[in-house]
Amino acid sequence: MRLMNRSNMSRAALLACGTLALAACKTTPDQLPPEPVTTPAPTTTTGNTGANTVAPGSQQDFVNSVASDRVFFDTDEFNIDFADQATLRSQAQWLMQYPNKRVTIEGHADERGTREYNLALGERRANAARNYLVSLGIPATRITTVSYGKERPVAMGSNEQAWAQNRRAVTVTVQ
Amino acid sequence: MLKSALYAASAALALLAAPVFAQDAPTGGLTGSVSDESEWQDLGIAIPAFATDRDVPTPAAPRTTGALGRELARVITADLKNNGLFRPVGPDALPTITFREATAPQYGKWSPLGAEMLVHGFVKAGADNQLTVGCYLYDIGLQQELVREGYVVSPGDWRRAAHKCADMVYSRLSGEDPFFDSRIAYIAETGPKDNRVKRLAIMDSDGANHSFITSGSTTALTPRYSPDYSKIAYLSYKDGNPRIYIYDIASKSQTLVTQSGNPTFAPRWSPDGRYILYSMAVSGNTDIYRVPATGGQPQRLTDTPGIDIGGSYSPDGRQIVFESDRSGSQQVYVMNADGTGQRRISFFGGRAATPEWSPRGDQIAFTHIAGNFRIATMSPGGGNLRHLTDAWQDEAPTWSPNGRIIQFFRTTRNSGQSELWQVDLTGDNLRRLDTPVDASDPSWGPVLP
Repeated sequence: MRLMNRSNMSRAALLACGTLALAACKTTPDQLPPEPVTTPAPTTTTGNTGANTVAPGSQQDFVNSVASDRVFFDTDEFNIDFADQATLRSQAQWLMQYPNKRVTIEGHADERGTREYNLALGERRANAARNYLVSLGIPATRITTVSYGKERPVAMGSNEQAWAQNRRAVTVTVQ
Repeated sequence: MLKSALYAASAALALLAAPVFAQDAPTGGLTGSVSDESEWQDLGIAIPAFATDRDVPTPAAPRTTGALGRELARVITADLKNNGLFRPVGPDALPTITFREATAPQYGKWSPLGAEMLVHGFVKAGADNQLTVGCYLYDIGLQQELVREGYVVSPGDWRRAAHKCADMVYSRLSGEDPFFDSRIAYIAETGPKDNRVKRLAIMDSDGANHSFITSGSTTALTPRYSPDYSKIAYLSYKDGNPRIYIYDIASKSQTLVTQSGNPTFAPRWSPDGRYILYSMAVSGNTDIYRVPATGGQPQRLTDTPGIDIGGSYSPDGRQIVFESDRSGSQQVYVMNADGTGQRRISFFGGRAATPEWSPRGDQIAFTHIAGNFRIATMSPGGGNLRHLTDAWQDEAPTWSPNGRIIQFFRTTRNSGQSELWQVDLTGDNLRRLDTPVDASDPSWGPVLP
């Protein structure tokens, strides 16, 4: 197609007319891929409203009962240190109290990493927390993991304090 | 019409590889990765409105063939100007030409303007609404035609004729391969930092024909066009977990890259489109896998403790560059396409991430993390480190189809806002790309057939 002389220029069948790309251009919001099941919203707030009415085994009960719903990591690290172990022990106690409850551990990274690596890093952190809970006797089948990489920060700043809060694995009960 | 369907199918493609004036192509061109470009970059090029034999209505957006002729010249001018190529002057600052002049330029009319090169063209409407666009490049000093091309396009594709013409001018004058007639997939971002909406979007290389593929109700990340533009591999949290899907553009349907309960990341196509690389975490340990694009049994390529992720094929498909933290921090490694012969190639200070092999084969672009996140290049052997940018956070380079330009995304400290930027392989012509909203994860596809 590239180059033609005058005589065949008008006759030549040239561009493939971008049929594939064009199809994409016609995509409208009505023709999107199937919409997802809504991701369980991690409700990690620790409101004090009606502490007396907290249902046993609920997310609120979990948050009220454990030392913390999350553990934190150093830059690029995923090891569970002594403070993390104490936190996870308190979570394990609650899980033993409610043997029918399952949890999801959400792994996160701070913004100072590349996107894909941070997804893998968040998964590794979530698994580190999960493995520790399993080592405490919680059946692995009760714990799922999901990584959000650097996509869901809780602290908005671009400084070491914010990043330290964002490098986390958060345990969320499945209700 | 039937005829146009036939054109689209195959007839046009066969003609592609046989340029009539191939012997005119410069044999030297620009060799090496970093050349002195001042000579051709400074060429003044006059691009008056393309002429038409009859100003008649067309379904193309500019509405008449006359208006279309002017718009074509504007798009060509913008292509060259926005990429810092040459010194183009467009139709709004130039006299018009007649239909006859397109093939018989009045050199005396242009030489006083100081331009060295002249682009002429014409538009003709066919009976079936198809448009024929002619594109000519003349050397004003030599008073000689350098190259010509003609394109038959459907009205909806009129911009492609302009991009093909800009590609012809660029290629003839620089000796480089074309790149304008190509598309970009990326992630469009909106909303505050703690609640970002991330949608899969596509656009032409100049930002036109923009469209969103996903609605934003779930996070989409890291798209990659298949080499034939028929599919996009990307990550979606559609079922609540990060998974790679292969989205088919024509049917608007998508399938999982692999049936597994494990999270999958970082999709990449082989240059021939036959394989897809993806990374999968099993019990927190991420490795790189390869699966036939048509489905089938995945093959695990890496097998080390630690995160092995990403991957980018050499143009010949025989090697893969990827990143791994097996040594303790993110570094760049190369392996054979079957996973053998893994060896580290980045030995700089800091971390080295997101390697992408140049379509020319002679460079690997990557994110160099040492304080700032900077876009850098190195040779496939790990030598010749060159930094192309220096901002707080630039990441995820993607190559133009001809390996001359690198796009990436830049994140602003604190606000988390992200934008697409591009820079020449030389480190020149750094500029932000215009997108409707914030943007990240650009992925530049090949030149369209």
